[in-house]
Amino acid sequence: MHRFANPAEFNRLADRILPWAKLVLLVTLGAGLYLALFASPADYQQGQSVRIMYVHVPAAWMAMFTYMVVAGASFTAIVWRHPLALLAGKAAAPIGAVFTALALITGSLWGKPMWGTFWEWDGRMTSVLVLFFLYLGYMAIWRGIDEEDKAGRAASILALVGVINIPIIKFSVDWWNTLHQPASVIRLDGPTIHNDMLWPLLILALAYKAYFVIVFLWRMKLEINRRKLSVLRMARVSG
Amino acid sequence: MTTSMSGIFLGLFRRDVRLAWSQGGTGTMALSFFLIAVTLFPFGVGPEPQVLARIAPGVIWVVALLACLISLDRMYQADFEDGSLDDLALSPLGLTGVVAAKTLAHWVSTVLPLVVASPLLGMLMNLPANGYGTLLLSLLLGTPALSLIGSVGAALTVSVRRGGVLLSLLVLPLYVPTLIFAVGAVDASVGLIDPAQPLALLAAVTLAALVVGPFASAAALRLSLE
Repeated sequence: MHRFANPAEFNRLADRILPWAKLVLLVTLGAGLYLALFASPADYQQGQSVRIMYVHVPAAWMAMFTYMVVAGASFTAIVWRHPLALLAGKAAAPIGAVFTALALITGSLWGKPMWGTFWEWDGRMTSVLVLFFLYLGYMAIWRGIDEEDKAGRAASILALVGVINIPIIKFSVDWWNTLHQPASVIRLDGPTIHNDMLWPLLILALAYKAYFVIVFLWRMKLEINRRKLSVLRMARVSG
Repeated sequence: MTTSMSGIFLGLFRRDVRLAWSQGGTGTMALSFFLIAVTLFPFGVGPEPQVLARIAPGVIWVVALLACLISLDRMYQADFEDGSLDDLALSPLGLTGVVAAKTLAHWVSTVLPLVVASPLLGMLMNLPANGYGTLLLSLLLGTPALSLIGSVGAALTVSVRRGGVLLSLLVLPLYVPTLIFAVGAVDASVGLIDPAQPLALLAAVTLAALVVGPFASAAALRLSLE
């Protein structure tokens, strides 16, 4: 791991991964969209609206996955003081926030024809909304503190407190939801989904992951270059 | 050694409580906010007794939570700005002990008055008679979590200028479980259901906050003291 603490080393690794990630994205996105939008059947209950799911479900998965990336990076930054871990968290968080927003927006677009309302205080929607707020808090603290290193470590502490809280929040929201509402929600149960629908879903999930890798590496390189730039500037001023 | 440590702990605790209730302290401010903000709800939703009774537990809890929130940003900031936090960090208590003393002081000086005032507000909000006991119990069990989680947010934003808005963004999502279980308990006992389950869960949230809160706060303060 610490070999890649060297930014040049990391950049070289990133440049080696990027073309492959782009290729995977191109193939999976093309195939996945074709299968999802044209080749897969419409649902007998939901009609064409079921196709929203192919955009929505991978986004929701990635929203959770990216938070785990941020928390993992935060843990690495605090425990091992790995110099790139802070930057990894900073690079990943906005991507995760966008995935979370996408999951919420597509979810509510799907909810309008299905449940007759854009927003239902359903247990999952509510906990994803709280997750979105956690992302906002993490990003806000990066901006709120001027000193980069301190900002990063403060944000990391928050991310770790947040990750302890996510299961508690999830459980409490589910509990609250069953208390306040009868279960009147039509849901696709994960494993009982038909193969014609499962494949496009999995392929698109892979496409989302490739997209994440690409943007994440771009943002990491951007952060590294930005740091390099500010060091050079400081050197010029003092020299 | 132990006597001196508990002496420092108690001294710090007494000092913070006294400061909170001196002129310009947060104690009176939070309590007045609590009273005024709850009073606004009948104007907003109308004075029908049934409507007020239905929303009373939620309103009282949400406003208590906000009153606690607005008092948080001064929890460490004053001591950080005048340098006494550096001094305290070097005391035999250690930063975690300092955090524990100050969090306890925050709860006793700022939040406990809200708990004491809550039956009065329950009356104004037409809370049904069988809700009062659980309301008090839920506040006693749940509000320590507000102070403990809030302490983490206050410590993270201690060096941020006008950190109040940032603080609310950090802390409010983490308050969701406390709010849900507390209001769930009061609603249950108003509906003549045994509130033991939500109260137990509420206590669990508080205990978890007790485990994580002081250490995370101390780690966050250490960043700003470097």
